[in-house]
Amino acid sequence: MAQPVSEHQDIQAIMRSGFGRLDEAAFLLLRITDVDRAKSWLAAIAEAPGAGRLPYRVTHAADLGSHQTRALQVAFTAPGLKKLRLPDMLFRDGTTHAFPREFRFGMAGEGLDPEGRSRRLGDVGANAPSNWEWGGAEAKTPDALVMLYAEAGGLSDFQQMVMADLAPGCDVFRALDTAPPSDNAKQRREPFGFVDGIGQPEIDWQANRTPGTLGDLEYGNLIAPGEFLLGYENEYGLYTERPLLDPGQDPSNILSPAPDDPGRRDLARNGCYIVFRDLEQDVAGFWDFVRRNSPDDEGVSLAEAMVGRRLATGDPLITVTQADIRGIGPDAEDIRQNGFTYEADPEGLSCPFGAHIRRSNPRSADLPGGRQGLVSRLLRTLGLQQRGARDDLISSSRFHRVIRRGRRYDGVSRGIRFICLNANIARQFEFIQNAWIVNAKFNAMDHEADPLLGNRLPFPADHFTDSFSLPQAIGPNRRVAGLPQFVTVRGGGYFFLPSLRALRFFAR
Amino acid sequence: MEADLRKLLLTMNHCPGAANPSNPLVPFGAFDTLHFARFVILDDATLGDLSVFGPDAEFPDAPIYLAFLGDCDGPADLLLADFADRAGDGLRKIFAYCVGFDPHGDLLHWMRRHSVKPAVSYVNCIGRTVRQIREEEELHEALANYLASYLAGRQVPDQAKVERREIHSALIRAFGEIGPRLTPPAPTPLGWHIRRLLYILAAAAAVLVVALPVLVLSAGAALLVYCAVLFMIGAAAAVFLLHLRRQETTAPDLQSPPKPPSDDHLLALGTLQDHDVTNQYTALGSFRPGSFPRWTTTVIWWLVNVATPILYPCGNLGRIKTIHFARWVFLDGKRRGMFASNYDGSAEGYMDDFVNKVSFGLNLTFGQGVGFPRTRFLLFEGAELEQDFKNTQRRHTLPTEVWYKAYPGLTLVDIARNTRIRQGLERETMTDSEIRQWLSEI
Repeated sequence: MAQPVSEHQDIQAIMRSGFGRLDEAAFLLLRITDVDRAKSWLAAIAEAPGAGRLPYRVTHAADLGSHQTRALQVAFTAPGLKKLRLPDMLFRDGTTHAFPREFRFGMAGEGLDPEGRSRRLGDVGANAPSNWEWGGAEAKTPDALVMLYAEAGGLSDFQQMVMADLAPGCDVFRALDTAPPSDNAKQRREPFGFVDGIGQPEIDWQANRTPGTLGDLEYGNLIAPGEFLLGYENEYGLYTERPLLDPGQDPSNILSPAPDDPGRRDLARNGCYIVFRDLEQDVAGFWDFVRRNSPDDEGVSLAEAMVGRRLATGDPLITVTQADIRGIGPDAEDIRQNGFTYEADPEGLSCPFGAHIRRSNPRSADLPGGRQGLVSRLLRTLGLQQRGARDDLISSSRFHRVIRRGRRYDGVSRGIRFICLNANIARQFEFIQNAWIVNAKFNAMDHEADPLLGNRLPFPADHFTDSFSLPQAIGPNRRVAGLPQFVTVRGGGYFFLPSLRALRFFAR
Repeated sequence: MEADLRKLLLTMNHCPGAANPSNPLVPFGAFDTLHFARFVILDDATLGDLSVFGPDAEFPDAPIYLAFLGDCDGPADLLLADFADRAGDGLRKIFAYCVGFDPHGDLLHWMRRHSVKPAVSYVNCIGRTVRQIREEEELHEALANYLASYLAGRQVPDQAKVERREIHSALIRAFGEIGPRLTPPAPTPLGWHIRRLLYILAAAAAVLVVALPVLVLSAGAALLVYCAVLFMIGAAAAVFLLHLRRQETTAPDLQSPPKPPSDDHLLALGTLQDHDVTNQYTALGSFRPGSFPRWTTTVIWWLVNVATPILYPCGNLGRIKTIHFARWVFLDGKRRGMFASNYDGSAEGYMDDFVNKVSFGLNLTFGQGVGFPRTRFLLFEGAELEQDFKNTQRRHTLPTEVWYKAYPGLTLVDIARNTRIRQGLERETMTDSEIRQWLSEI
């Protein structure tokens, strides 16, 4: 029986909330300069016994029950955790109880990227880590990320206070600003103008659902906690590999025992990984391009086809027909925006196959065709019944979901600070990015990557990827050619978002 | 020696992981029946895992092989002769690193003597040639251009059946006038027809044997015979399952979870990957000692080899549609086995398919391997244990030094689509919805 999530006071609040009411936010990239002083600050914000007190602390999920005027979250890169003198074994390869390789090496991979992580993520050409403003090279990689949120007008004082407190132990080498929502605060829009943050997975906090049963033959949006929180069962009914310690390494008993390995202490439980990417958007270039290619309506219909949602409302281009998808609703807006799968649009006539939302979450189930018919199900399981050229090309989406918590920024340049939460970077963020977003062959398409995020570089050699196709009822696709690069990666990193207990352990 | 050979092999690449088709040693591109080829050194870093079975099971003197694999149209022997003929010098240089190779001897004879027949060969689509794949891609490009220029400047209203037919006819005309010229498909070799006939005869014989008691005996006697046979089958199955379960619960290699691979190993693999939309995969491992694992695997591999061409003649292997070619090979008197494949997409996606779509197939064919995650009745768990499985298979994956693909940039989905496009040109009578579908694919 899967475990429900109950220790909300141990979980950083961003897991449960994007702090939508706190309009202002800033993300501080820190370099630890004095480990002991950095640790005292961490002890204070984690309210470790005997630590000094500060007028703020890490906001945890249980705080969300009451009104918060500001929030602080903290996460670390692998070099940062090493500086905090965590046991070496947590960074060693060839063991199951260490940090995973993706996290240890970071988003840009090993030096000079011989392993090809950047190649797989589409971080080549203008997106290459060598061009990043932060992250990638060791000298540009932060040790920690402090995320500050405040009500309108409250951020500046909060940020100054935190930076002053941090100063003895840490150097803030970059403070990433964000822009408050431009219109009504309920709808957050990304710089191209579309409503953002729609279509999040719903975490099964109570563990009501058992993953891998017949229900998963249909698409569902209710996802096992272990996909986002370490130390809980994931969509396989298994515990994701994570750093565990021997009891001797935790003499003050700060950490709790690992549920799947009670002889060890769970450093990761109630924590997760944050993927942070600074994505600069060429807003003028985007609208120029769509206007030129769709002059009748100022480019709106083409832009909507690229995104897969309406510009004005955020509603999907697909007609919403399914009100009974697990983990969607009962909120009417949620049903209006997410009560659909692409089974209703097999030819891509309503929403192009390549639309951003159809790539980033194809809403696919474990077995195309669903539960119908025992014999048919057996035949489909064995691959003996094919349902057309596009049948069964996409992985089941329940293994590849992330929670998005990004914020937009708007200064000299504009864009989004993409932030997502997941428990297995390789299987979740990296898979989505590689197999669905940048893949020119996704869902039987050819010569096109994500219409918003694609880097437009040919792959391989002379095979172009800079087009976008819109299936048409008449027959031939409408193919828009020569898409320029609209989004450029400017920085990024993989961070570990610890539980409050783990934070106290780091601070000891 | 091994390091020198690796160095030599790397000179055949234009970048790590992708062979130069016209490299001077073996100019793969010059062999136009060759789909894929690779040179890989079978150096098993996981031999130490055998030690948990005791000193008798260890295999410290396991040979390090150099494997040269090719997937080709027509008989393999013909291609081998062609290789000896046109790439003899380069092959001699490479094989000079092999024990017992005589650089002045008969190369073709030596290669034949050392060729190992796979226990299972899988071909995504039997009979589809390199030439067909290349010509159909050329055709697709040409038609896409005709279509674009035909549509340019024309307003085509939706649901216009007449216009759709006109477009179809116009494309057929353009194809007839300008080309490209297509080679007519080669006739299916006689051997294939004979083999098919043998399969049908074997199936008929099997049906006859099963029906025999009813045909020759009274109802009561027939029932008795069936009961007796069923009892014997049941007893044999029970013995097998008991044995299997005992092994699945007590095998010493299953007493701790599989180890993840080292960073260096993953780095070596990763460097060679994702230079094309297709990737290579080579894995090597040992079977658990004793006759049970070997016999079980022998029978299963034999069944898989017989059944796959019948069940999956074109397009998919189970639910997997990304494998171009695959082979399962016994080595060292069935002490070890090798698996090699060419698949579309990245390793993480390939593993995702293995875990989520065909875990039972992985369990059946590899479940007797040392360190394979614990299975239940050889069908369940095993590859379903996601990270244990991924760790196991990555530890057993070998860096494939030299890898060649005859049609860069094309996936199986592309190839199948191009074939449908050609078929649409050859059919004068298509329904309106078929024409619409066909046009949407160009």
